[in-house]
Amino acid sequence: MSTWVPTEGTSEALLSVRDLKVTFPTEDGLVKAVDGLTFDLNAGETLGIVGESGSGKSVTSQAIMGLHRGTRAKVEGSIGFEGRDLLKLEDEELRVMRGRDIAMIFQDPLSALHPYYTVGNQIVEAYKIHHGKTSKSAARAHVIDMLERVGIPNPQKRIDQYPHEFSGGMRQRAMIAMALVNNPRLVIADEPTTALDVTVQAQILDLLMDLQKEMNSAIIIITHDLGVVAEMADKIMVMYGGKAVEGGTADQTFYSAEHPYTWGLLQSMPRIDRERLERLQPIPGNPPSLISPPSGCAFHPRCAYRDDENLGCSTIVPEFDVQDWHPVRCLIPAPKRKAIFDTEIRTPSS
Amino acid sequence: MFAYIVRRVAAGMVMILAMSLVTMVLFFASPVDPARYTCGKNCTPELLEQNRKALGYDQPVLSYWVDFTKGIFVGSEFPKDPALKKSAPETIADCPAPCLGYSPQSSRPVRDIIVEKLPVSASLAIAAFIMWMIAGVGLGIVAALRKGTLVDRAIVGSALVFYAFPTFFIGLGLYVFLALKWGIVPVPAYTSIADGGVGLWLQGLLLPALTLALVYIAGYIRLTRAFVLEAKGEDYLRTAQAKGLKSGRILFKHTLRGALTPIATVAGLDLGGLLGGTIITEQVFNYDGLGRTAVMAATTYDLPVTVGIVLVAATFVITANIVVDVLYAVIDPRVKYS
Ligand SMILES: Nc1ncnc2c1ncn2[C@@H]1O[C@H](COP(=O)(O)OP(=O)(O)OP(=O)(O)O)[C@@H](O)[C@H]1O
Ligand code: SF4
Ligand SMILES: [Mg+2]
Repeated sequence: MSTWVPTEGTSEALLSVRDLKVTFPTEDGLVKAVDGLTFDLNAGETLGIVGESGSGKSVTSQAIMGLHRGTRAKVEGSIGFEGRDLLKLEDEELRVMRGRDIAMIFQDPLSALHPYYTVGNQIVEAYKIHHGKTSKSAARAHVIDMLERVGIPNPQKRIDQYPHEFSGGMRQRAMIAMALVNNPRLVIADEPTTALDVTVQAQILDLLMDLQKEMNSAIIIITHDLGVVAEMADKIMVMYGGKAVEGGTADQTFYSAEHPYTWGLLQSMPRIDRERLERLQPIPGNPPSLISPPSGCAFHPRCAYRDDENLGCSTIVPEFDVQDWHPVRCLIPAPKRKAIFDTEIRTPSS
Repeated sequence: MFAYIVRRVAAGMVMILAMSLVTMVLFFASPVDPARYTCGKNCTPELLEQNRKALGYDQPVLSYWVDFTKGIFVGSEFPKDPALKKSAPETIADCPAPCLGYSPQSSRPVRDIIVEKLPVSASLAIAAFIMWMIAGVGLGIVAALRKGTLVDRAIVGSALVFYAFPTFFIGLGLYVFLALKWGIVPVPAYTSIADGGVGLWLQGLLLPALTLALVYIAGYIRLTRAFVLEAKGEDYLRTAQAKGLKSGRILFKHTLRGALTPIATVAGLDLGGLLGGTIITEQVFNYDGLGRTAVMAATTYDLPVTVGIVLVAATFVITANIVVDVLYAVIDPRVKYS
């Protein structure tokens, strides 16, 4: 089993992010969107990043793609990819890797595809840019093959249609075909199903998993929905206010979650095993300010287990408490966290 | 699509005829007697009456309009006087279809006047159009790509200066300084290609077209800048970047395609509006185009010429509208007409 945080220097991981920080200077102050993120991802593995809106998931994935270059954002730390630090690469070196080694699937395929070009034109372009010597017709044949593989019926005809002529699910399939067309080693899917009908969501996720097995790509899948990643991911990282608050294998973070914020996410999840009438309980309160975060544990203003007197939640910044490669950023001692999960959070059937 | 175009053209024609009627109604409602302007110094009441009759101003406006409309389709003759035609056929001017009327002041069919003046106005409009499209769109793109920098501010700022000054001021300024005082360019005078070749034609157009272009450039810089900035925020640009495309390709294939499509619409409409004549620029540079002729016709109560130019200008505007809408369906695959 892969470790969450490997020992320094011996990383054989495909992707190893170390102390990643992304800040945006704004008129109101410095926005610390990602504040010291460290994680590893091995080849062929799936990492799920979960967190509420604004927790820094997209900013993280954009940092890996190098999409903050040329903007006002400041990116620090290191992003090792196959032994090279992506943050130290020249723009041109990184450009060549984009789409070829690391590809991205965006949330809303309608706005992510150019409305004025056919789907085929856009996917062929993605292929040709990294396969300059391939002839147009060979590239086209490859793209038709790719469209077939992502389950688009009648690809010979669909390849010449425009994005608006596709249904939402088909568009996202096309988007996936575009991301996988160069057989990348890492695919980042940023909420790939949020914009889709519930019925289509599962199909798209299944497709993604199947293709991943076929192509042996690593995937980072970003979502609000712990349930989605619990099923798909090998590892899960839970983010709050630009920091990871809990990480581990999917089983660890789902079936024995130890952070009060993860518990909140679990309880706000729609679940079939619960009574229909039971209301979903979103975590009360608002996401933390990223300009001047709360003192101590950033989650303390919303935490039901906060204990200022004994634990010092509002004054002490919790570091990662790593037990069994299951790091948790909470001041409650590990045995007590486990006990709380067992008695209060776990539902009888799980 | 074809049915759509037919429908639009038919509606356009109805609109043009309606506009001619409106122009005539306004003219007939004027307290000034238009016949008075056709009757020189030694005007007698009989002569005045005779002229009024010959011009058709004695009829109700609606029958005047019917006569005029008929003339467009079957031709006409002036004056419409069967008796006179018998006694002195040489005094009757023939006006074959499409007849736009006959100008008593210049003793010529209106169509001949328009055919003579249109190239002047059209040359001016097209030359200005090319200038402002290249400069306006080009500078707009540069300003957007350099947003927030000194370059951006300099472009937007200087565009605003020209935007703030009235046309005649810019025109006179260019005329007086560049041509008269400093002699950097020759004093502009319109020379047709037939008379002076392309070189002289362009030389004559330089300052008037520049004046007209400067008036429009500011708007196009701001519009282009706004559209490019909007396109740069689009998700599909992030996709293009994530594919690993080179920045030049992203700019030309992805950003500009999205940004310039709406500009094509505005540009088409502006050009359509100018082809029918530009009043101020033609006045300032003493250009004998449709705009200046329209002003003269209006001030001398020359109804046929006024109506003729109104019709030509309206035709350009309406045609531009149709062309732009059809073009839009061609450049934006999402647009479909039925
Ligand atoms: N260019 C920017 N300038 C300033 N702040 C930014 C910028 N981009 C992102 N942020 C801020 O960074 C924080 C994290 O944003 P991010 O998009 O990563 O959130 P997310 O976890 O992906 O949320 P969601 O689930 O809504 O997609 C947000 O508070 C956002 O406002
Ligand atoms: S440290 Fe305190 S406030 Fe923070 S999550 Fe743990 S219990 Fe809650
Ligand atoms: Mg996001």
